[in-house]
Amino acid sequence: MSGFPILATRGLVKRFGGVAAVDGVDLVVDAGEIRCLIGPNGAGKSTLFKCLTHQHQPTSGHVLFEGRDLQGLPTHLIARRGIAIKNQIPSIYANLDVRENIRLATLRRKLTKRELDRAVDLVLAEIGFDNLLAERPAATLSHAHRQWCELGMLLASDPRLALLDEPTAGMTREEMLRTVDIIKRLNATATVIVVEHDLEFIARLAQKVTVLHRGKVLVEDSMERIEANETVRDIYLGRKKDAAYAEG
Amino acid sequence: MDQFVILCFAVVNSIALLALISLGLAVIFGMMRVINFAHGEFIMLGGYATVIANHAGVNLWLSMFVVSPMVVGLIGAVAERLIIRRLYGHLVTTMLATWGLSLFLIGAVTAIFGNTTLGVSAPLGNITIGAYSIGAYQLFLIAVTALLVVCSLLALHWTKYGLIARAAMQNAEMAATLGVDCDRVYATTFIIGAATSGLAGALLAPISGVLPHMGAAYVARAFVTVISGGGALITGFLSAATILGPVEALLSYFATPVVGQASLLLLAVIILRLFPTGVSSLWTGGR
Repeated sequence: MSGFPILATRGLVKRFGGVAAVDGVDLVVDAGEIRCLIGPNGAGKSTLFKCLTHQHQPTSGHVLFEGRDLQGLPTHLIARRGIAIKNQIPSIYANLDVRENIRLATLRRKLTKRELDRAVDLVLAEIGFDNLLAERPAATLSHAHRQWCELGMLLASDPRLALLDEPTAGMTREEMLRTVDIIKRLNATATVIVVEHDLEFIARLAQKVTVLHRGKVLVEDSMERIEANETVRDIYLGRKKDAAYAEG
Repeated sequence: MDQFVILCFAVVNSIALLALISLGLAVIFGMMRVINFAHGEFIMLGGYATVIANHAGVNLWLSMFVVSPMVVGLIGAVAERLIIRRLYGHLVTTMLATWGLSLFLIGAVTAIFGNTTLGVSAPLGNITIGAYSIGAYQLFLIAVTALLVVCSLLALHWTKYGLIARAAMQNAEMAATLGVDCDRVYATTFIIGAATSGLAGALLAPISGVLPHMGAAYVARAFVTVISGGGALITGFLSAATILGPVEALLSYFATPVVGQASLLLLAVIILRLFPTGVSSLWTGGR
């Protein structure tokens, strides 16, 4: 297993009609990393994620997970190999309660019923849900709690690689900080790739940041160097800061 | 007094009958949103399997509870693989295809067994209530239906498979990212639905006999019950059966069976006018 990066894409392309949402991405992520993916809207971040799990079939190119090509594998088998994804749109089962949602995520693991129950309880503690919250239908949760429930599902599936698409969207700063802690816990056992816009969040978590722009990797570096990068400022940070100045 | 008891029995019997013929459809339509026009024929095949097996010397109970569900489940598996699987999400095409399947099954059974009624005699004898007597087998039928409904509820809410099935039906793409093989869940669900319909047909065979086009008598009432029930899978069609059954039974008793069935359809229209997503929207919030 060692010797291979946990994830490597080679010339990954995804076209929708004439538009290449992902346009030749070569991305290498080492085991144990927390990698942040940033980029303006439409840069192809979410599409890239969905190509990794084959929720979208890549038009061309390869995805290597622990050195093995995922080509032709259906989504559920990729999940069973250990790639878990939290999509951008909150995806929990609204009609099931929190415990059932998390229980579902544990099913890929080969555990006995007692071990599963214990795993579910452990995850509930890790995301800070008491019994009262755990019995509630997911539909009745607040926005932040839904996100945490989803992170709980990721924790419960015990993945090798976790893909998080905007896990702090719409959160207050305190909620964001709590999410940082949950993701650090996730990173203790899994490699994490996370798409985010929140700069403080990125600074607190990421060792390395990859900037996507128009379906391509623009630059890959530490957060400080990325912030100092002229091109990145122009296409992304600069524009965002301008907007912030305009509002403030 | 005796007449009142008999009337109550007729009402409960009518509810149970609706529930029994709807259960398999509730599984297939309710969970997979597949409109299976061959539902009546699955019931018919279940009936035939029991009658034929019994005539061939197999114990009646064994024929009903083992042979019929297995035979119809197997036919369901073939139908799923050859037809249904290719048409998921295409509602109208599926309707046409299963209608074709229904005609084919009627034709095939007619060709093999002829267009005559076959039957087995109802076991268990009669129970006398005052001046009236009712078949003990019908009481048995009510009990089995109740048991089936309870088992379905338990399976859906307390087993691992039930949880996976509910998840796959709610959102297949998400379930796949959790490692669920949705194709297999669909196939299994369809087979369980078919086998349940087969069992229903088997249980009805001693009462109604079997005939190649007997399915037509059940399919409309089953659809009406499941659709009036709405989103909540088991509790939905059960409550619809509880509303529709008494009306059909009482009007059949005081007027004629034709009036009873017509009023069942009329009542369903009213229910769907008031609750477009079925009566269960009252407690599920209209999903």
